[in-house]
Amino acid sequence: MKRHLLSINDLTYDDAVLILDTAAELAKISDAPVKKLPTLRGRTVVNLFFEDSTRTRISFEAAAKRLSADVINFSAKGSSLSKGESLKDTALTLQAMGADAVIIRHNASGAPARLADQQWMTGSVINAGDGTHEHPTQALLDAFTIRKHLRPENKDLTGVKVSIVGDVLHSRVARSNVLLLGKLGAEITLVAPPTLLPVGVEKWPVKIAFGLDAVIADSDVVMMLRIQRERMAELFFPSEREYSRQFGLNSDRLRKIKPTALVMHPGPMNRGLEISADSADSLQSVIVEQVTNGVSVRMAVLYLLLGGAPLAAGANVESNEKVGM
Amino acid sequence: MTNVMNEGDITRALRRIAHEIIERNRGSENLVVLGIPTRGAFLSARVAELISQIEGKSIRRGTLDITMFRDDLRMRAPKPLLPTEIPPGGIENTDVILVDDVFFSGRTIRAALDALGELGRPNSVQLAVLVDRGHRELPIRADFVGKNIPTSREEIVKVHLAEIDGLDEVLIEGNA
Amino acid sequence: MREISLVGGQNAAGAKMNFTITDQKISDISSKVPGPGANVLDISGSIVIPGLVDLHTHLREPGKEDAETVASGARAAVAGGFTAISAMPNTDPVADNAGVVEQVFSLGKAAGLCDVFPIGAVTQGQAGKQLAEILAMHESAAKVRMFSDDGHCVFDPLVMRRALEYVKMFNGVIAQHAQDPRLTIDAQMNEGEISAKLGLKGWPAVAEEAIIARDILLTDHVQSRLHVCHVTTAGGVELIRWAKARGINVTAEVTPHHLLLTDELAQSYDPVYKVNPPLRTARDVEALREGLADGTIDIVATDHAPHPTESKECEWSAASFGMLGLETALSIVVQTMISSKLMSWSDLIDRFSIAPAKIAGYPDQGNALEVGNPANITVFNPNKSWTVNKDLAMSKSRNTPFHGMELPGVVTDVFYKGKQVLRDTKIVSGS
Repeated sequence: MKRHLLSINDLTYDDAVLILDTAAELAKISDAPVKKLPTLRGRTVVNLFFEDSTRTRISFEAAAKRLSADVINFSAKGSSLSKGESLKDTALTLQAMGADAVIIRHNASGAPARLADQQWMTGSVINAGDGTHEHPTQALLDAFTIRKHLRPENKDLTGVKVSIVGDVLHSRVARSNVLLLGKLGAEITLVAPPTLLPVGVEKWPVKIAFGLDAVIADSDVVMMLRIQRERMAELFFPSEREYSRQFGLNSDRLRKIKPTALVMHPGPMNRGLEISADSADSLQSVIVEQVTNGVSVRMAVLYLLLGGAPLAAGANVESNEKVGM
Repeated sequence: MTNVMNEGDITRALRRIAHEIIERNRGSENLVVLGIPTRGAFLSARVAELISQIEGKSIRRGTLDITMFRDDLRMRAPKPLLPTEIPPGGIENTDVILVDDVFFSGRTIRAALDALGELGRPNSVQLAVLVDRGHRELPIRADFVGKNIPTSREEIVKVHLAEIDGLDEVLIEGNA
Repeated sequence: MREISLVGGQNAAGAKMNFTITDQKISDISSKVPGPGANVLDISGSIVIPGLVDLHTHLREPGKEDAETVASGARAAVAGGFTAISAMPNTDPVADNAGVVEQVFSLGKAAGLCDVFPIGAVTQGQAGKQLAEILAMHESAAKVRMFSDDGHCVFDPLVMRRALEYVKMFNGVIAQHAQDPRLTIDAQMNEGEISAKLGLKGWPAVAEEAIIARDILLTDHVQSRLHVCHVTTAGGVELIRWAKARGINVTAEVTPHHLLLTDELAQSYDPVYKVNPPLRTARDVEALREGLADGTIDIVATDHAPHPTESKECEWSAASFGMLGLETALSIVVQTMISSKLMSWSDLIDRFSIAPAKIAGYPDQGNALEVGNPANITVFNPNKSWTVNKDLAMSKSRNTPFHGMELPGVVTDVFYKGKQVLRDTKIVSGS
């Protein structure tokens, strides 16, 4: 694996499967009485969150602590540092503190890439969500969840039909999922009005549908994306009512889903807008489990990036031959 | 390359170890047999099966991956994890029999003891190995040994098992 | 009397010529070898061309002197072979009145390295609502003929109409930064497959094309003169070609970076590639090169836009738009247009010197190399190459996208009004 995890494109197919397999093993820790491993003892992991996100930050913090790493939380929101300057100065401070890994969430696409590129720091950079670009660990935990339920005996997700529904244009979760689930063999349909689809999406390896009814009965996974009400003011759709009627996962549509299908949502949800309360709480919903899986997946990422000798560019994880033990 | 144990030798050694375990523990009441993957896991399955046959009842068994507890992690790239399967009921108040193929520096067993420590508090931990080749770097000893094979450091001991290598044998390579 | 002879060079047509400069004019062009005791500069192997004229330069003074001043910008210009540059008015305060344009004009004179011609704003504060005091700026010491709100589009069609009509009084020209603001809210880079992949808001080509189309029709309707700044789209080139075929008085410019770079470079998220208007696709680059070659695009203009390091060292969306251009312009055009055989040297002289001077009305610049003409001369050695090193730039800023690139040809000497201001690539001190 590469030293940084900025985008799903940083992972080969084998890297992705390795992360899922490793997460599967680590998930068992959650069942054990003592949930700690000594693997990252002495390593310092910094949560560098320029954007509010209690959920993701806590998930990474739990993951790091279960591996016995030291965790430092740096919330730049609301600090006196002005926009733009803060990234470099913050990075230099973290380097001085000896951070082995920086988990960064930022509202600007490409901010983690700048951090990794500029060599202000020597540690690993993990993208916890940058603007509308990517959110790799979210896609990994989504893939993990899907594999666990729908392909437990398999390495990947070949043939799984996934519908990603909602504001694809502004969704970093959608972008990472299209890349990762596609890499793992899933068949993806994006469901959104044309105003909320990115330019050039016809060239992406996906199908497109302009309404949820078209795909609801056939999908193995229905992944709902959060729609922000502010998008109405930016003229992306005329009203909440119209959006919900065409793209919302409501009770009627819930009845049409396959009994084996999964209902997913990266959170936080707008109950009643893109997803009805009964859909969110249905038997098919794995929304709460996604959160749990997030910790195991993030533990796997931290272990594979930090658990060994510092990774050079292009270093590979070795096979587990016990030599001289 | 010298063959020091053939299929028959291995089978007989494992049968003796099974009997010794039962004898030492005065029965099999509280036993949990855990193998250290990869080959230790196959051996532990065989030992557990043998004990089951002798005792006429099923014996709790599983595997214990020690990758995350190794003391040499920082020296190379991270290794993939192998399966850890702990039987229901855990290891609390049990007599754990750790099983591994080759006993060398003792560091694997040290890591296994740490791993067990995170899982609970057994009554006792005993160690069964197929081959003890000497050169301990830590003060750890085995309770049940298939065969003692003195080696020099430079020699390599290879254990092949039918489950994964297609046949049972123990080889020594690179005679000093 | 000051006299110098440039010996051993050739003109754009490839003919070996020696040039003699006496005081401020060219006094002799022939194969005559100067006598002993003459002041001689050996320029063997080099090409001698009229000094380059830039119609689009951001000098940042007054207001942002940490990025560039008139003096440092003039040094960068001379290093790039320019003997005249045109200062865009988006300074602080904006150059929308006689006072500021005269200030910039006199700063240029004080630097004494090249002509600095201020461009006046079209509207007050460049806010797009009220016309600026265009006549006052024209009648000031700066004699402004070209007006632009560059950085902003003159978006209101009524305001654009009035501006086009108003400058007819003195055959002035409005230079439009064509960018529909409603289609480019918070836009970061070209709208396309790359922007969709990178999660950066797009700046669609139609936002430029739609304004060009509207302005061409307005210009025809009121019978005035339009200059389109930094054309970047294939569609824009086609529209201008159509307009010229109908005899509409429109001229256009392209920057060197838009002749070479595409939006693929944004994938590194390095804001050195962030510029307005943005880098576009290979198809656009090809159309721009063809347009410059066939004269649809009349001139090359640098849009030299210096920025301090901290505004380029951050995340993309927080970074400023703009790239340096003066020092690399000629080499880039040589690489993209001459080496590729799309243009000849005499075409280049037209696009880089003669046509710009004509459009903006600079009578002493952009003159052919003829006896009696002002001695604004650039000597260029096409046989050497150089590697761009941003830390060695003459500009105060460092934001060049060409850092580390090897480029063909070196500007070695420059004469401004007969005075040598660049000698063997170094600014002549005391200038």
